[in-house]
Amino acid sequence: MQGSAAPQICANDLACRRGDRVLFRKLSLSIGPGEACHITGANGSGKTTLIRTLAGLSTPYAGEAACTGPVGLLEERTGLDPELSLGAALDFWFALDETRDRASVLERLRLSALIDVPVRYLSTGQKKRAGLARLLGQGAPVWLLDEPLSGLDTASQDLVCTLITEHLASGHSALIASHQALDVPGLKTLAIEDYAVPLEPLA
Amino acid sequence: MISQMLRRDLAQFFPFAGAGGGGGAGAALPVIFFVAVAMLYPFAVGPDANTLARTGGGVIWIAALLAAILPLDRLVARDIELGHFDQLALRGVSEEVMMAVRMLAHWISFGPPLILAAFPAAALLQIDGPTLHLVLLGLLAGTPGLAAIGLIIAALTASLRAGAALSGLLLIPLALPILIFGAGALARADAASIGFVAAISLLLAALAPFAAGAAIRAVR
Repeated sequence: MQGSAAPQICANDLACRRGDRVLFRKLSLSIGPGEACHITGANGSGKTTLIRTLAGLSTPYAGEAACTGPVGLLEERTGLDPELSLGAALDFWFALDETRDRASVLERLRLSALIDVPVRYLSTGQKKRAGLARLLGQGAPVWLLDEPLSGLDTASQDLVCTLITEHLASGHSALIASHQALDVPGLKTLAIEDYAVPLEPLA
Repeated sequence: MISQMLRRDLAQFFPFAGAGGGGGAGAALPVIFFVAVAMLYPFAVGPDANTLARTGGGVIWIAALLAAILPLDRLVARDIELGHFDQLALRGVSEEVMMAVRMLAHWISFGPPLILAAFPAAALLQIDGPTLHLVLLGLLAGTPGLAAIGLIIAALTASLRAGAALSGLLLIPLALPILIFGAGALARADAASIGFVAAISLLLAALAPFAAGAAIRAVR
């Protein structure tokens, strides 16, 4: 598929740093419509930094990173107000994103019964599903998912894989950083440690 | 989009925003603090009407300045932690717009309530009509400047662990020009220096979204 359509997620000779340490360098990737890439790597290897750089939230140390079109970002922080009820917190983002299928999104992620519960009382997995609801409602063609499976039960993990598969089937693209295996057909894998910069030995 | 952001920010910060809002007691604190200072002052200096009337306007100004410190710790840092600003940035909202909206919401949440609270405060301090008139005009001109300074400080200190304590220390020297001209109008009973206060506020309000926007971009 590569070459036939312009890539939606693209990194070219990318190097990123956190603090004063360069995490990885010379990382290039290109993800076109309908494609997805699974980023693997140990804790602290730079997966989150890569995702935030691709989203344009961090500046690359060297090289370039870009996504075309609106980007949906799912990370540990959901962006939902903890004091508000789940419904009200999601409605803020649904209103910004002009989401029409609010009810079906909530139904799909089994959140309909929780809409009156304040976000701060939700469990880890429920919060993750709330973040996924915000992501679905956004309807962005590019998904950057940071640990989408962590904290979820088996049924919800399967649901996430189904959602990603459907997202790809409609010609969109995704980049997923995860420690768990993903059951998504046609998934490319990129080990971030192949690009890691070894720690400088002390002189 | 901007009206939705403003509505959400007001629900967070406006006192008595009602059920579901993040406001409530925490957001009402500056107004309560402001009235409490006006209430305590006569106890401390004695009930002599002349002394109170002569110094009361200045006390109101000091109370307003200190009350402006109280909301700063939750003004910016919380939404950075929540990832709220990141999600807005992904939707193409610039940091400057986010901060301009936040400044407006912050001012609406503490400026007009303080101006209203100046009426009971003036009664407690036995301030006469013409002085109260100058105090109200001065607060109307000065609180946008205090909101702008507060926003810059809140954005700059958002990533610091002792940010809340530091913001109080930083606001006091920066707010000094507003205090000098605002309270100075009372001493000379002339409204001209309120024009200075308004000019300072205007300048600060124009600069603040850019300064605060750059600050939250830097900590990301």
